Amino acid sequence: MEVSNEYAVQMHGITKTFGTFCALNQVDLDVKRGTIHSLLGENGAGKSTLMNVLYGLYQADEGEIYLNGEKVDITNPNVAIEHGIGMVHQHFMLVDNFTVTQNIILGNETTSHMGVLDMKKARENVKKLVEKYGLEVDPDAKIEDISVGMQQRVEILKALYRGADLLILDEPTAVLTPQEIEDLIGIMHNLIADGKTIIIITHKLKEIKESSDTCTIIRRGQYVDTVKVADVDEEELASKMVGRQVQLVVEKTPAKPGETIFEVDHLNVKDDRGLPAVNDLSLKVHAGEIVGIAGIDGNGQEELIEAITNLSKTESGTIKIRGTEIQNTSPRNVVNHKIATIHEDRQKRGLVLDFTVAENTVLEKYRTAPYSKGGMLNRAEIGKFANQLIKDYDVRPEDCANHPARGLSGGNQQKIIIGREVANEPDLLIAMQPTRGLDVGAIEYVHKTLIRERDQGCAILLISLELDEVMSVADTIDVIYKGQIVDSFKQGEVDEKTIGLLMAGGKQNGKDS
Amino acid sequence: MLNDISLLIGNTFMYSAPLIFGALGGVISERSGVVNLGIEGMMTVGAFVGAAVGFFSGNAWVGFLVAGLAGGLFALLHAVAAVTFKADQTISGIALNLIGPGLALFLCRLCFSGATMSQPVPHKLPKILGGAQSNIVAQNFNFDITVILAFLVMMAMWFILYRTKWGLRIRSVGEHPAAADTLGINVNRTRYTCVLVSGILAGFGGAAMTLAVIQQFTPTAISGQGFIALAAVIFGKWTPQGAYAACLLFGFAQALSVFPSLAHSAIPSEVLAMLPYILTIVVLILFVGRSVAPKEDGIPYEKGVR
Repeated sequence: MEVSNEYAVQMHGITKTFGTFCALNQVDLDVKRGTIHSLLGENGAGKSTLMNVLYGLYQADEGEIYLNGEKVDITNPNVAIEHGIGMVHQHFMLVDNFTVTQNIILGNETTSHMGVLDMKKARENVKKLVEKYGLEVDPDAKIEDISVGMQQRVEILKALYRGADLLILDEPTAVLTPQEIEDLIGIMHNLIADGKTIIIITHKLKEIKESSDTCTIIRRGQYVDTVKVADVDEEELASKMVGRQVQLVVEKTPAKPGETIFEVDHLNVKDDRGLPAVNDLSLKVHAGEIVGIAGIDGNGQEELIEAITNLSKTESGTIKIRGTEIQNTSPRNVVNHKIATIHEDRQKRGLVLDFTVAENTVLEKYRTAPYSKGGMLNRAEIGKFANQLIKDYDVRPEDCANHPARGLSGGNQQKIIIGREVANEPDLLIAMQPTRGLDVGAIEYVHKTLIRERDQGCAILLISLELDEVMSVADTIDVIYKGQIVDSFKQGEVDEKTIGLLMAGGKQNGKDS
Repeated sequence: MLNDISLLIGNTFMYSAPLIFGALGGVISERSGVVNLGIEGMMTVGAFVGAAVGFFSGNAWVGFLVAGLAGGLFALLHAVAAVTFKADQTISGIALNLIGPGLALFLCRLCFSGATMSQPVPHKLPKILGGAQSNIVAQNFNFDITVILAFLVMMAMWFILYRTKWGLRIRSVGEHPAAADTLGINVNRTRYTCVLVSGILAGFGGAAMTLAVIQQFTPTAISGQGFIALAAVIFGKWTPQGAYAACLLFGFAQALSVFPSLAHSAIPSEVLAMLPYILTIVVLILFVGRSVAPKEDGIPYEKGVR
């Protein structure tokens, strides 16, 4: 494409290799000024690498970058910032115990004289920005005290404060609630109206449809296509991204629920601050059934799982697996009762990142034969088990058994966890946000695995903040609000809107929220 | 009674001064994200250099300044290992603690014809009221100049850390170096500077011992003060003012151990001498878990590591 000043950014023929691995191969990206342009690709496709090249964190081996029609040489982030490029990283770059204002001015401080900070003026500047773009946030709040959605606003403010005209948002919705995503899209449109240009890196198709004008797709470091978002549907985007037909609709047969496997009765749990988080909650899961819990983040889902897995204390009520009470025992007891858990935070609770993949696969059974004997680990057996799991679950790279789990992509880390948990042949499988941060291909895989386990008679409890996921995967949908199951439906009984309303505390069946 | 109290206060400040310099060195280094266990070694080097230069030049101030310089140079080793080569900071610090006393003793034997002690300096660092005082209370409150200096350094460090842009940057580097890096702050340079300052202050701390508290270098001039200073850093929650207060507490314990009416009591002097160390352990047990260190303290910064 020709170089023109109609374009905020043009990246032509970008190639970047790391050692022998070619992360980007002759990739083009042309972003018109004043538009929202999404960059779509699976995890590891090279989206972030491309943006890091634009932001000066990496240098391209080949290719040219033009900003507003002028060739530029972006050697480091400072140069990018000077050219009006701002980047919001996926993992926020915020100092937790600093205030919002301190984070925004850091590196570009407002000083009165001799380097002495002028916090009053800084606060005013921040307030002006906040008002101009409708990015409501308290300048004096500490980062650790505000929600993830707010933190993201601080990141955007940081970029705007440095005079960014072009904003790069790396996976901005991965950590947001549906409401926060809506707010973010609103903010993005405010920014566009003010003449800014936005590139968003994502693999969420729905959001591309809702937010973007144009979409460039890359796959395994190769440029695939650039399309007008209005002209394509989600299926088309998905298949361009993955390179094959993808089922976005989960395919499954009706459930054949058997006996009650798992039962929670009048459960009460307190959160870290000692406030009630789970209130008199009751639910049941049958064999061969997926029960999905739909709800907005922070309505007791986490505390419920922690109580079930015995990571935290139950105040009152019972949790029964096959009739045996397990509340207030120990996590090991829970595992021994054939409850398997896929935790929400795979990097914190699911895996020991600095252990090898093989070690991670036996975290729950390293103490038993054949994986250990008389206190000594049997590395050969562990390796054999790990390699079988890697093969069964198509974990890549296939020779990763002795590599640290840290090095794997999110999707592959999740496969290890799911494989490990399923290998325990659980009676109850708890999956909390099992597809968080995964791309379309991996999500499809996770859902298929859950349904396969269900069909083999496993009881499954699925907790997800993505209403779509609960609606399409679960056979029974329980809506949680303020630590209570406020209503329960069979799949297909009600529409998304009804459930969305209940999740937000609306009334149904005369129940009081 | 008044005499006793004033003696206790005077001794508390006297013994605190070296600790305060060491602890402030610890604060600045750890705030930038580099754990500095080598304070003890740096203080020992400062203690020797201060006494030796003070003796040969005949000027305690020259000794004091050169001691800071020597401490800074010695700290450079830690900075190179911890920042440039991303070595384990615990090991690097312990290495300095082994090298420091060895080096000091070796140089001492070289300079003082084989003796493990230096000759006493002709003049110690001045006291705030000048020479000997006739009034006992005034004598007890006739602090070493280092006591005042330590207080001023604490105030300056507080101001820099919390009221200037450099302080904001130092703290950001200790908490979230990747964030600082993306905003164009040079993480390695900041850490180098802070470790260097840490060494200079520790060097001052050592010299404050051998040029003000006592008058010469001995192998036991610095015996655990560096570690007590580190405990004060933690007890003081990594703030200059907190560390300062903590040092006063430890200094008080030391003053108590030489307090006449206690020293003549039935308590064995060995037990009294243990007081500061016992207090250190007690404080660590009670407070280590509760105070929050800078988040990336002790973790080398590598670009682009997830």
